[in-house]
Amino acid sequence: MTYWPLIGIALVVVGFVARLNPLMVVAVSAIVTGLLGGLEFVPVLEALGKAFNDNRYISVTWIILPVIGLLERYGLQERARTLIGQVRGATMGRLLVLYLGFRQITAALGMKDIGGHPQTVRPLIAPMAEAAAERAHGTLSLTEREKVRALAAATDNIGLFFGEDIFFAIASILLIQGVFEAQGYPLAPLQLSVWAIPSAVCAFLLHGARLLAHDRRLARLPVAEPESAA
Amino acid sequence: MITLEWLYVLTGLVFSAWALLSLRDRTNPKRWGNAAFWGLLAGSFFFGSHISDLANGILVLVLVALAGTGQLGRSHPATTNGTERTALAARLGNRLFVPALVIPLTAVAGTLVYTYTPLGESGLFEARRETLILLGLGVLLALALAMLWMRAPLLAPLEEGRRLMDSIGWAAILPQMLAALGAVFALAGVGSIVGDLAGTVLPRGSLFLAVLVYCTGMLLFTVIMGNAFAAFPVMAAAIGIPVLVEDYGGNVALIGAVGMLAGFCGTLLTPMAANFNIVPAVLLDLRSQYGVIRAQVGTALPLFACNVLLIYFLAFP
Repeated sequence: MTYWPLIGIALVVVGFVARLNPLMVVAVSAIVTGLLGGLEFVPVLEALGKAFNDNRYISVTWIILPVIGLLERYGLQERARTLIGQVRGATMGRLLVLYLGFRQITAALGMKDIGGHPQTVRPLIAPMAEAAAERAHGTLSLTEREKVRALAAATDNIGLFFGEDIFFAIASILLIQGVFEAQGYPLAPLQLSVWAIPSAVCAFLLHGARLLAHDRRLARLPVAEPESAA
Repeated sequence: MITLEWLYVLTGLVFSAWALLSLRDRTNPKRWGNAAFWGLLAGSFFFGSHISDLANGILVLVLVALAGTGQLGRSHPATTNGTERTALAARLGNRLFVPALVIPLTAVAGTLVYTYTPLGESGLFEARRETLILLGLGVLLALALAMLWMRAPLLAPLEEGRRLMDSIGWAAILPQMLAALGAVFALAGVGSIVGDLAGTVLPRGSLFLAVLVYCTGMLLFTVIMGNAFAAFPVMAAAIGIPVLVEDYGGNVALIGAVGMLAGFCGTLLTPMAANFNIVPAVLLDLRSQYGVIRAQVGTALPLFACNVLLIYFLAFP
């Protein structure tokens, strides 16, 4: 077996580390891998074009931006901050733990599109987490505010990933089922989805504990001078 | 029947509006680049299904060339400032949340109603695409609602959308490009080579090491490909089934399910999973595009260890 096509993987890694434009890195890697895999240039380009076209549905979700942008123009993020500011006892950690649980449970019920970064994290969850952190702590430095936002985005990802596999009709469960069936091990999706529950519990406990630990870390930080978001 | 093609036309319309608005935006020194990039994407959505694979491939190369040579700029369409937003938020109150919630609710409630009532037999939506199509309907519904309430200028949603889209820039199509890369990798046989390699490094005689290699393979291959889906068939065929299931008699369902989740820990660590890790960093205005990944390392690594232990302690009689 020839190992030459693995150079494509190495190219991706090197490209990302060297901080070259990722689109360029991916395109070059695809073409190089195809050529090393024994294909001619034109068929590689055709395969790339066909796959790009077949996967257009991934980019369809951007049509949500006009609605989110319009609501931001009218103060959606500010309203989200005010709302959390009024909740007594709200901290960044508690708020995100709540969202983590909500995201895991809804994803486990098959509602994976109920959250997401453009839909909920940017307009609602991140500003709420920031407001809760500042409410409990006082003004935060830009670095600390960015950490809170990053944790909000991380919470959405972790909730989705370690919730969705409990839902039996999700693509990854169907893929596992298909792979095992092809190898002579027929399984029902439900048999697979119950075994996603222990990891989901671990994910909730681990990430939840980190979020609450971040609350305690914030409490120890000195209050920063107000600064502009440069 | 409403198919995905309808949604593509709608998306094409939105992108062509962004292209035209970019074109007349003289405040953006790179307006030609922006207009060309969003315009070509609009073309891809309109005509992608009707042109040849080669034409699509050339379109991809042009998009990559525009992005790779830095032809895209960030525009700043007129919008409200912080003070105005605070005042508007106070005036409009919690009603502001309604349009934002209309979108996921339409998608979820719509899917449930469609799947569990006789409506599903009507064949109104293309099979397996109903949630995505309903998401598109939700967007239109939310937009209509917001416009009627707020009496915003007609172009406001498109200009505000362009403001966000330009801040994301070329990263917007990175997830789609990575999916295409996965397809080319599969065609070139990368998967079977990696599986072959994983099989060779596997030490014989230690169950724990076999579990560790299986899970680590899932993690690393997911990090490289940005997607556990590409890793799973490879690692299952290389180690999961022949070694863990057949040699050691492990629980098939558990090895499959938890193995996939070990791969998901890798998704949290890689810039290749752009839509989960890079796009939100840009959406949230983080200075580093790796900010979200950094926030995830502390959860992903211990969670990976949990998955290894779950398989080791629970899968074998």
